[in-house]
Amino acid sequence: MERRLMKGNEAIGEAAIAAGCRYFFGYPITPQNELPEYMARRLPEVGGVYLQAESEVSAINMVYGAAGAGARVMTSSSSPGISLKQEGLSYIAGAELPCVVVNMVRGGPGLGGIQPAQSDYFQATKGGGHGDYHLLVLAPASVQELVNLVREAFDLADKYRNPVMILGDGVLGQMMEPVTIADPVPVASLPAKPWATTGAQDRPANLINSLYIDPLELSAHNAKLIAKYERMAREELRFERYCADDAEILLVAYGITARICRTVVDLGRQAGLKLGLFRPISLFPFPYAPLADLIAEVGVNKVICVEMSAGQLVEDVRLAVEGRVPTVLYGYPGGVVPLPAEILSRIKGEGGANGVRRS
Amino acid sequence: MSAGRERLVAGYPESLTEQAFHYCPGCTHGIAHRLVAEALDALGLRERTIGVASVGCSVFAYNYFNCDMQQAAHGRAPAVATGIKRVLPDAVVFTYQGDGDLASIGTAEIVHAAARGENITVIFINNTNYGMTGGQMAPTTLIGQKTTTTPLGRVAENNGYPIRMAEMLATLDGPAYIARVSLHNAQAVVQAGRSIKKAFQAQLERAGFSMVEVLSTCPTNWGMTPVKALEHLEKVVAEYYRVGVLVDRTKEVAG
Ligand SMILES: Cc1ncc(C[n+]2csc(CCOP(=O)(O)OP(=O)(O)O)c2C)c(N)n1
Ligand code: SF4
Repeated sequence: MERRLMKGNEAIGEAAIAAGCRYFFGYPITPQNELPEYMARRLPEVGGVYLQAESEVSAINMVYGAAGAGARVMTSSSSPGISLKQEGLSYIAGAELPCVVVNMVRGGPGLGGIQPAQSDYFQATKGGGHGDYHLLVLAPASVQELVNLVREAFDLADKYRNPVMILGDGVLGQMMEPVTIADPVPVASLPAKPWATTGAQDRPANLINSLYIDPLELSAHNAKLIAKYERMAREELRFERYCADDAEILLVAYGITARICRTVVDLGRQAGLKLGLFRPISLFPFPYAPLADLIAEVGVNKVICVEMSAGQLVEDVRLAVEGRVPTVLYGYPGGVVPLPAEILSRIKGEGGANGVRRS
Repeated sequence: MSAGRERLVAGYPESLTEQAFHYCPGCTHGIAHRLVAEALDALGLRERTIGVASVGCSVFAYNYFNCDMQQAAHGRAPAVATGIKRVLPDAVVFTYQGDGDLASIGTAEIVHAAARGENITVIFINNTNYGMTGGQMAPTTLIGQKTTTTPLGRVAENNGYPIRMAEMLATLDGPAYIARVSLHNAQAVVQAGRSIKKAFQAQLERAGFSMVEVLSTCPTNWGMTPVKALEHLEKVVAEYYRVGVLVDRTKEVAG
């Protein structure tokens, strides 16, 4: 397909349709409205269905039904709405249904604000709802990567029969960049789902369910889920290193913050500082070993975790670092996007503190 | 009777599995299951039906209905059914929900499925309490009715008033068929079966949302014998929740 200029939120929609998604259940919330609006326009053109649900609770349960009926299906929201989807996500993970959920994160807690944030990291990567489960979480840093990961997300959801979350933020959803969207997959060529509830014709009845009343059965079901998450940790680690091969100070950041940190690395190097960047792309599974290996291999003497939240990503970074080198947090919660210059001056010891944006 | 003149007057519905029900003795959930299965059989729908079980005593309905099933979160069955129906518009989709599930935690889902005219069939079991969790007050609990959370009886000043779901949904333009039936005696059961079949026919006609509210007993939590519970259903419950057809926008089809 030809290269064109697209807004992040709209590009997600087109990438999803190219991936064979024909069903979208939404509910309005800033800053992701362009995605449901795009789907409302585009899905009927390709024989699909866009439905505005009465709440995020309903939307995610419609996703449950549609995924159980065998369709490639998607929903999107932003932080407060994603909180409402947690019940459904837990059921979807429990019933092992594939689907893709987009969270364009905004600052919180509560109604918070509508500016970009990364404060849903824990909720996204550690389960979010009740029970032992994980979403597979992917965090793009550009509109093109967003498009590529949406395509992959549908394949991964089917591969693992697990919900996949695209974790973005207001910047990524709102900004326009040139993108190329891969050719559409014919819906008929998608993998068969013999487990789906499509009517028990010439086969025994199928069941979509997360209830296992016998503790031994439930524990066996949990063991199966755990094995799945372990397989993800072996096969789905995604990350990027930038100027890391001789780094003395390693920045760790994901999503739009990582993009800002690339500029910090460039500026720092111009000033003679040996900065490098490690960018996790898969947040669950988290690339613990690749980060630990990098630190050991390169002789990093300090790790700085930069996040638009109050200290969430840093917990996983510290699990990877295991105390080998000092790890500090540069946290910018509340919808404030840090500027490269202020991060750099903090690195140089010229002041700045967590939760404080110097204007 | 000689062998040649034997005629089968009643059999085991194909749309039920052979699994024994776990319901309490005298509970009418089992009768309602059978009526749904008989309607699916009569219309030849088993192989194209997807049922949605809810959370309540009927949570294991998927063990009993011999068709594809999905189990939904508490109150969310109409949303799950919507998702299924939008993907498979030619399939027959029904939910089976209790009154706690449908009239309390799931009010948003049922109201909006009905308002959209979602082409699904809802079997709504109203036994005026939360059976599964031990007989707590439901939105449908009658004024004065004792439950474990209204030990002195439901008082309007504190607990508000019972909801007549069928009447409430009947105010909307989306529903094609809404009826209330009762299971208190054989005659009522036959009538209930007709209404359930009619609700599925409405779906086959793509006429819109259909719901049958089924007045049902919970002898265990009502603290009554099964026979007494049936009497109570007829004399007290059906007095407040009047049986009848509230909406019928279907084409005339022989019931
Ligand atoms: C979110 C949530 N809240 C509460 C429960 C506990 N719960 C299980 S069944 C039930 C009540 C069901 O009552 P009803 O729908 O009237 O069905 P019945 O058991 O009477 O047939 C409740 C509250 C639950 N499973 N999930
Ligand atoms: S508790 Fe009540 S509704 Fe539940 S099975 Fe027993 S009698 Fe039926």
